[in-house]
Amino acid sequence: MTLLSVRGVSKRFGGLQAVNDLSFDVATGSIKALIGPNGAGKTTLFDLISGFLPPDSGEIVFGGAEIHAMSSCEVAVRGMVRTFQHIRLFPKMTVLENIMVGRHVHSRAGFLAGMLNLPFTWGEERRIREKSFEIMELLGIAAHARTEAVRLAYGQQRVVEVGRALACEPKLLLLDEPAAGLNMRETNEMGRLISRIRDMGVTVLLVEHDMSLVMKISDEVVVLSYGQKIAEDRPLAIQKNREVIRVYLGDDQ
Amino acid sequence: MARRYLPVAAFAGLIVAIQLATFFTGTAFHLTQLTMTAYYSLVIVGLCMLIGYAGQISLGHAGFFAIGGYVTAFLTTFNLKLHPGVFVSLLSKSGMLVARPDAYGGSLLTVHPWLACAAAILLTVVIAYLVGGPVLKLKGHYLAMATLGFGIIVYRMVLGTGFLGAADGISDVPGFPLPAGLAITGNSSARVSNYYLAWGLVILGMALLLNLVHSRVGRALAAVHGAEDAAGAMGIPTARYKLNTFVLSAVFASLAGVLLTHYNGGIGPSEAGVMKSVRYVAIVAIGGMANLWGALSMSLVLNYLSLRGYFGTYDDAVFGVILLLIMLFAPDGLLRRHLLSDLKRAVSRNPAEEEAS
Repeated sequence: MTLLSVRGVSKRFGGLQAVNDLSFDVATGSIKALIGPNGAGKTTLFDLISGFLPPDSGEIVFGGAEIHAMSSCEVAVRGMVRTFQHIRLFPKMTVLENIMVGRHVHSRAGFLAGMLNLPFTWGEERRIREKSFEIMELLGIAAHARTEAVRLAYGQQRVVEVGRALACEPKLLLLDEPAAGLNMRETNEMGRLISRIRDMGVTVLLVEHDMSLVMKISDEVVVLSYGQKIAEDRPLAIQKNREVIRVYLGDDQ
Repeated sequence: MARRYLPVAAFAGLIVAIQLATFFTGTAFHLTQLTMTAYYSLVIVGLCMLIGYAGQISLGHAGFFAIGGYVTAFLTTFNLKLHPGVFVSLLSKSGMLVARPDAYGGSLLTVHPWLACAAAILLTVVIAYLVGGPVLKLKGHYLAMATLGFGIIVYRMVLGTGFLGAADGISDVPGFPLPAGLAITGNSSARVSNYYLAWGLVILGMALLLNLVHSRVGRALAAVHGAEDAAGAMGIPTARYKLNTFVLSAVFASLAGVLLTHYNGGIGPSEAGVMKSVRYVAIVAIGGMANLWGALSMSLVLNYLSLRGYFGTYDDAVFGVILLLIMLFAPDGLLRRHLLSDLKRAVSRNPAEEEAS
């Protein structure tokens, strides 16, 4: 079954065609990777899918609904949550609070209920807290619950960001370079974490530069070059694809 | 829970202690300025929520204060007897009007203060939504300038409108009747009760805002403040939350305007002035921005000193200087830990070190 479908999507910035008539599908329960040289349009594509940018043309269908005209907030409410290439944790908030914000779409206390501290919010707050601790246990960051999130080591900040996204209980998790800035051990851990997330039933779409990670965990890989798709296949086939090798290593003439 | 409400109780204790102190030292006349301070504090804690927690600046909150004050002042002094009609008699029959003698022995028929207050708050909400919707799309300096523009518009409009008293403002505003024989009025016989009413309202407002800060919405606002795009990606409707907080703070300002106008018996255009808005922001800043207690305690001290005339003719200048100094030397406000060590570092810092870093 297809969870996300990108159909003929294009985006132009002035004279630069960042994404050009791009189409691909993401199957429910799979891990799909987007790779390509720098400037291939991967992050732009992520921004288009997650509602940060509107496409110039084309359709994006998520869970049966067209989402290309929606804001990032509406997309998140529908169950698609992203992380960022440059970590965007909430400063001055603890790890626990950061993760608790992730429970926003699964709770409902508004301004009035909050100000009046209405009884129904007490149970809700308790459940938000419990679920957040559950996620922190899962990711092995519960010991840092009371630490200001941005004070953690870089690798742990990435894990917190993934945890915050998981707290939304997304159907589709978009990971923008989850291994960027991580050392080899942390990268391996991140790979295992992503596989575990998929095993929990969350579909994953990731942009990543670390080829060994991509080849190890992905079910399918899409290769972009200058905003166009040049290949879409299983990792082993991608490694042998002549066009892909040419784009990455250059012509041998 | 206790950690949230214990300071509230302590503050209530302080308010009682101040009243008792004025009673035993025979300085009860100070309570008048302290009561006015309470109403200004209401503006400031609301603004603190907007600036410190939602991260949105407003240099136009004196405008909302003035909208509240002027609407209630106009409605409770405008003599409907001189404008009879179906609408007026309908209002009169439904008990929404009150008759009272005017200063010259004649009689007045005006809108009931409660209805006037409701109208003032309603108008404030409408204006805040209309202004906030487009303006809150702006960030930083641009938002500051746009809200400044709003404040200037309100100021020039009340100054240039004849039926709002132009440069004189509106006087002879009646007291605001409350149950149990109480009233918000400047009569010296009601000085003590008004002091407690005003600070009671501030304490209530503080409790509401403290609850909000520690709620789901409070977390969401902190997230919007810290990383707006990431907050949106978590499903937080950032624009709506910012707008709601803007309107909430406008209502705090407007309610303060309504009640202080009844307490003072009138309102003048200076209440809408830009320098008032700057003063509110300065007090929030010196209190530490995202610190409701800091803003409240600074408001208590500075408004009291200002209203007692300690700053003389340099009143506005003092608040300008405060804002300048705070921004330069203590952008996190005065009331915080590490203040002394930070100050020491600032003083001992030499240019060579700065160059090296």
